[in-house]
Amino acid sequence: MGVGIEVTNLNAWYGTNHTLQDINLPVPANHATALIGPSGCGKSTFVRCLNRMHETNPVARVTGSVRIGDQDIYADASPVEVRRRVGMVFQRPNPFPTMSIYDNVCSGLKLNGFRNRKMLDEVVERSLRQSALWDEVKDDLKKKSGASLSGGQQQRMCIARALAVDPEVLLMDEPASALDPVSTSKIEDLIFELKSQYTIVIVTHNMQQAARVAEKTGFFLNGRLVEFDSTHKIFTNPSDKRTEDYITGRFG
Amino acid sequence: MVPPIPVRENDGAAVEPSTSAGASEIRKFLQSRGNSALADQTFKGLMMLCAFCIFVVVALIVVELILQSQPTLQKFGLPFFFKYNVDPVTKMPLFWDPVNGTFYALPFLYGTLVTSLIALAIAVPLSLGVAIFLTEMCPKFLRGPLAFLTELLAAIPSVVYGLWAVFVLVPLLREHVNPVFMSVFNAPWLVKAFGWTHLFGDDGLFGGVNLGLGMFAAGVVLAIMILPIIASLTREVMTAVPHSQREAALALGATRWETIRIAVLRNARIGIVGSIILGLGRALGETMAVAMVIGNTPQIQMSLLSTGNSMASVIANEFSEATSDLHRSALIEIGLALFLVTIIVNGLARLLVWAVTRGAPARVN
Repeated sequence: MGVGIEVTNLNAWYGTNHTLQDINLPVPANHATALIGPSGCGKSTFVRCLNRMHETNPVARVTGSVRIGDQDIYADASPVEVRRRVGMVFQRPNPFPTMSIYDNVCSGLKLNGFRNRKMLDEVVERSLRQSALWDEVKDDLKKKSGASLSGGQQQRMCIARALAVDPEVLLMDEPASALDPVSTSKIEDLIFELKSQYTIVIVTHNMQQAARVAEKTGFFLNGRLVEFDSTHKIFTNPSDKRTEDYITGRFG
Repeated sequence: MVPPIPVRENDGAAVEPSTSAGASEIRKFLQSRGNSALADQTFKGLMMLCAFCIFVVVALIVVELILQSQPTLQKFGLPFFFKYNVDPVTKMPLFWDPVNGTFYALPFLYGTLVTSLIALAIAVPLSLGVAIFLTEMCPKFLRGPLAFLTELLAAIPSVVYGLWAVFVLVPLLREHVNPVFMSVFNAPWLVKAFGWTHLFGDDGLFGGVNLGLGMFAAGVVLAIMILPIIASLTREVMTAVPHSQREAALALGATRWETIRIAVLRNARIGIVGSIILGLGRALGETMAVAMVIGNTPQIQMSLLSTGNSMASVIANEFSEATSDLHRSALIEIGLALFLVTIIVNGLARLLVWAVTRGAPARVN
């Protein structure tokens, strides 16, 4: 089961560029939360702060606190521990090209020294079933390279790879923006089903997508969180003028 | 008025629960792994140690070279690299006479730089041609074998190149190639018009006696030796240029050559300069093949056909016979100088890359 995230006074910089300013946002457990906003508004930086990926850039800096479950990930844990609990799916599928599909999916477990063959088999099957890829690849799990799949299949494999370590939170940074509509709709169905078991944070440019998969939606603009509310409210009766302008297509 | 975007309500239908035995066990297992901070620190320390070893080795070499060359450093000082005595009989400059204790290193500096420049002048255009052919226009069945052969050239030991040069290349140059250059460079009208540049005629680049051996032969051997290095590295960086870049140029109506120029060479230029620097480094330090064909005479002549000597080959030829302390120390100082020349040339090349690419948009890939 997933856990909630409590973000308090989060600030982030790239060099001198103040990309996130005083973000306060509670992400509910076992729900999907969508983050929308124009390009460069800070939403990607925000999700990258939730698994301490932001700081892998040498000029990046973060202040504030992020509590995942009962742990402050910036005070009480090492980045490695945080990322074991928080899975991430990136904008472009990034399979390990030299590994088979099987090895790709269980790579997170194997690198941590998980050696139980029988359980690895179970985990790979479960993760691939969860990401709706099992039926398409079950016959050449160990024969085909992860990079030989189509783009949509690769992305679902990457989701399976993230799910295999049974994370408490799943971060998705525009997971469908590089995919065709059919693959996109498969990924959306997937998110819709996974959110009962995991806390999902999804960044998207596509407002229909946010409306389709998420219960909660946050609107970012120029590094600030303008509005955070139920998706229904954001898309039917937003409280802030800027949110309304954005979702009606007047800018962005 | 906000247009209605249909919000899909969660139908609440439970998906298969993931709290199977496997799931929680995985979490327990991962949590038991600790934060791995110690392992990470150890790894970092080990890698730093490896990198530090390089500094130590370089420092030790420099220190030792400086210590061992103290006798000549103190006796001759900096003039070691540019002064000379005058032979009382022939009135010619006398640079290097171990028997009488004259040690000035200018001819070796000159020989090293000139042979390396000849090598670059021949090898750079040739290897660019090889690389362009291999990446852009070679039929598939030829590509593998050709690339393999190019790389094979780099694997031949330099003494074998030297032998081949002595028995094949030197006679070939003497009989067929040098006469052509001599007839061109010594053409009367050229001598008359440009004789003042000292590039043409009897005291020009191809004047004097045609021995076959000499700086030109050494340069040609070096060119053959560095060609595979430059060609294969250049091929590598050109292959790394994404295909989409070529398509971008082709879609603008570019011809094959224009595509290569704006999409491939431009993107690969830093890598190409890098490979040329590596080739130059090999040429500067190459010892055996040069020693076998350069003629080993410590003199400076305008003519490329004249014999000369290089820094590396004088060390190889004389260190076993260096009986006096001063001779030994002079050779070691030449070694130190060779080291410095290599560093300076590399530095200049890097500066060139920096100057050319300053302010330019970032490289692709």
